[in-house]
Amino acid sequence: MSDVHASYLRISREGLWDNNVVFAQMLALCPTLAVTGSATNGLGMGLATTAVLVVSNMLISALRRFISAEVRIPVYVVFIATLVTLVDMSLNAWVHDLYKVLGLFIALIVVNCAILGRAESFASKNPVLPAALDGLMMGLGFTFALVLIGGVREVLGSGTLFAQAHLLLGESFAFLETTLIAQYKGFLLMILPPGGFLAVGFLLAGKRLLDQRLTARAAPLLPVTA
Amino acid sequence: MNLDVLRNTLGYQGALLAVAALVTTMALALAARATGPDIAAAEARDLQQSLAQVLPGRFENDLLKDTLELPGTDGMVKVYRARRGGRVEAVVFQVTGYGYAGRILCLMGVDRTGQVLGVRVIKHAETPGLGDKIEPEKSSWIHAFVGRFLGDPAADKWAVKKDGGVFDQFAGATITPRGVVRAVKGGLEFFMREKSRLLDETGERS
Repeated sequence: MSDVHASYLRISREGLWDNNVVFAQMLALCPTLAVTGSATNGLGMGLATTAVLVVSNMLISALRRFISAEVRIPVYVVFIATLVTLVDMSLNAWVHDLYKVLGLFIALIVVNCAILGRAESFASKNPVLPAALDGLMMGLGFTFALVLIGGVREVLGSGTLFAQAHLLLGESFAFLETTLIAQYKGFLLMILPPGGFLAVGFLLAGKRLLDQRLTARAAPLLPVTA
Repeated sequence: MNLDVLRNTLGYQGALLAVAALVTTMALALAARATGPDIAAAEARDLQQSLAQVLPGRFENDLLKDTLELPGTDGMVKVYRARRGGRVEAVVFQVTGYGYAGRILCLMGVDRTGQVLGVRVIKHAETPGLGDKIEPEKSSWIHAFVGRFLGDPAADKWAVKKDGGVFDQFAGATITPRGVVRAVKGGLEFFMREKSRLLDETGERS
């Protein structure tokens, strides 16, 4: 049992940090740069992607014995596109207010290569439960990255954090909306596309540096050879 | 036959793709049927909300059902008519402006004398922080049109201040408000041109 436990821990660690979709795999940069003008947008895109990632991983893992290696890519693409369209239609019909906020991002999930990437490199080789966990953790790692990038851009660009969060999460989350710098004129560059590249670049460098420190601390002594 | 052997045959590939396409198409068709009416209802509600914003007051008819299509400057324009006592009191229609980043769709309400009742931007892709002051959430600029008509200001003053008109531009963004002002002016000209048909005074319906 402890083996299974350890493997679940490893999957979680990989998804959240070591193999983070944005900061390590460098996948899904297109939707990342496009939606992270604010932390709220990042959160919305992250959660929607997480939902699709979990379901697509489970579906592909359940059917992995029937999908032949030769035509696997078109089959995955069709499944993922169908799932995203189903999510899009049901949100539009039944949670229309949320759809008005998220609608823009949902279509972008189809082109998120991270989903196909997880289908190919994990779900097609593992049972349903680990695949679902992998989807969840990769999705949460992606969400974390988007909120971080969005937060940095929003604070520097407009001096607020989680502005308009109530539109996404409901009135009870309005407390998240904070104005950090009152009377801030705004630093428009950070909201515009170049700001996305700048924020991603600096955060990536920061993660590298942190990882280096951590490994250095884990093995501080070089083996002394006589 | 064993699945592992079968999976490598040529026919299996085609069959797999066919089954995948069939199943997903069926799922989508079913979902479209299940969600269709709800989506249509939600969109009608959205439209009604935006109509109510540019059309203050109560009207007795269902605006979504009392519509008219007339040729405008860029294709057909759909007009929603609001009546009181059978008489058309106001009309709502969409106009398009051209801003810094493509089209700006606006909805405008005009009363029967040709006065603007309200203007709202429905869709735009202008620069956040500069051009998005045309949204009522960001600035009150869009309310400057209320009560205006062709003649107040005079036709050559229907422009932003930089072009010698009366409407404010934004610091750092002239193209966006200029596009909206032109669109509203165009909408009023359209109203004057088609007035008799819009107000239903040609005797088609009473």
